[in-house]
Amino acid sequence: MSTIHGEGTAALPSPKPKPVYTSLWRQSFRRLIKNKLAVLGFVVVAFMFAACFIGPLFSPYTDNKINMAFMNKAPSLKHWLGTDALGRDVLTRVLQAGRISLTVGLASMVLSVFVGSLLGVIAGYYRGIADQIIMRLADLLLTIPSLPLLFILGALLSEWKVPTEYRMYIVMLMLSIVGWPSLARMVRGQMLSLREREYMQATVVLGLRDRRKLFNHLLPNLVPLLIVIATLNIGGAILYESVLSYFGLGVMAPTPTWGNMIDAANNMIDFQDHPWLWIPPGFSIFATVIAINIFGDGLRDVLDPKQKR
Amino acid sequence: MSTYITKRILYMIIILFAASFLIFCLYALTPGDFITGNIKLTPERKAELREIYGLNKPVVERYAIWMKNAFHGDFGYSLSQQKPVLTLFNQYIWNSFLLAIVSTFLTWLIAVVVGVIAAYKQYSWFDTIVMVALFAAMSIPSFFIGLFLIKIMAVDWKWLPPGGMLTTGSTATGFAYVKEVVHHMMLPVMVMTLLGVGSLTRYFRSNMIDVIKQDYIRTARAKGLKERKVLFTHALRNALLPAITLVGFELPALFGGSLIIEKIFNWPGIGQLYMQSFGLRDYPLLMGFTLFIAILTVIGTLVSDILYHVADPRVRL
Repeated sequence: MSTIHGEGTAALPSPKPKPVYTSLWRQSFRRLIKNKLAVLGFVVVAFMFAACFIGPLFSPYTDNKINMAFMNKAPSLKHWLGTDALGRDVLTRVLQAGRISLTVGLASMVLSVFVGSLLGVIAGYYRGIADQIIMRLADLLLTIPSLPLLFILGALLSEWKVPTEYRMYIVMLMLSIVGWPSLARMVRGQMLSLREREYMQATVVLGLRDRRKLFNHLLPNLVPLLIVIATLNIGGAILYESVLSYFGLGVMAPTPTWGNMIDAANNMIDFQDHPWLWIPPGFSIFATVIAINIFGDGLRDVLDPKQKR
Repeated sequence: MSTYITKRILYMIIILFAASFLIFCLYALTPGDFITGNIKLTPERKAELREIYGLNKPVVERYAIWMKNAFHGDFGYSLSQQKPVLTLFNQYIWNSFLLAIVSTFLTWLIAVVVGVIAAYKQYSWFDTIVMVALFAAMSIPSFFIGLFLIKIMAVDWKWLPPGGMLTTGSTATGFAYVKEVVHHMMLPVMVMTLLGVGSLTRYFRSNMIDVIKQDYIRTARAKGLKERKVLFTHALRNALLPAITLVGFELPALFGGSLIIEKIFNWPGIGQLYMQSFGLRDYPLLMGFTLFIAILTVIGTLVSDILYHVADPRVRL
């Protein structure tokens, strides 16, 4: 995957007005733009991010001040999604919760993609003992069901009295512990096939160092696959975080996340009479994850057509 | 093939040992246990109880005892329910199985039918709508859709019961009993089917798309066979065959219950049992459950690999 094919002609003093750049990225981008569904997905994701990170700046209720005069009010013009039991504006809280949920999703994706692809590359490229150790560890973690594993890790957190403001970082760690093994396995599979290609034989003939083989020749071929996996991974991480936080084992109040806001549904009165407390965060999760999945699938069609499922 | 299977089974056993040790350590090292949570007990009584349950021994020794008993078919004694763990599993697992088997059947049925039609009409408006619906199904947070449907269908419209397996205080027997259980099952089955149908339909759709492009389909059409016959006898068979490898992966889902769905719908299954015991720190039960799912997962993977070979003898094991 060389980047720019048109470079040679561009360097010549040719009469043509513009050099034609047809890098793989450009081609992919053009094809992606044509996929309306994927573009829509991207727009929704971008909107959710913008709303959550910028939106609260325009809200007059960001101080989360307790206002007893406005307890449990239904949605109105003043409070678009109503207020909660402490008189706080629900819309503002949903957006602030979105900041945490999206950050946790994004960060745990970065962590698990980093760890998973690093270990997968090492296992697939060096084989031997490193491969054995890494893959056996991955097998082990894949054998243990992930929800009970996450629950018990969450309970450990509660018992160790991790301060609530740090819990979100530990939740990221927990999600990546569960996330990396399947990723490492996939990357390793790719590496096993890539390392047998002819251009890799050429690098041996050229006497290139391992580092150059890995970073200049193997890794660029993995990047399209990794982008696709990473995108789809964010959605999964957001879903897991919401489950954990809903059951009180993830990020906890007072830090709001979409998951722990739905916790309001555990209270019979709020569940029946104040649905604006728990339905908006649920739909926020749904909208974000579906948009990410559709965009990720569009990316896969473009970047990794062989993997189409 | 037999040497392969022997090797695989050996590896499975080693992995399960490692998994059991990891599971044990995770639960054993979590501070606090069933006895700590009981505020009625005096410190002396607590120490005495720990002595009785063997909780004061070092972790490795406790693990050795646990494993030794497990080999004799004894997975310990639930502290909160005062019954052997396996007896409790046997009591709850069939309720979970009932939910799982019905929803798995529905999921496969819907997935095959919709997948085949979507593949046949690839890129049509039907296909596009199906694809978007499938993405939606795959993106729903399970606990939220459960709560949402309870709110709409049970609380607001009062069509279906909000949870449980029987109406409280019900003494129905015979046909009335069956009817009541079916009535209570509808919502959880609906949610479980919805959650499972996304990825499976996509799987069948892409399988079918691959098959339709094959030469033998063209031959069948050239012979002048009816399109329906081409599609459902010639194509579908070959598209379905690879799916038998998925049967193994369904194993943990069939017998392991669903933690979230059973909890939300208050269904008396093994997942609900786990969630209840979680709050109580009933570790023998929690460890037993986690190990049980791990065993199912490992067996399921082996079954899948063997079926993979059965489905396509070209695949060497």
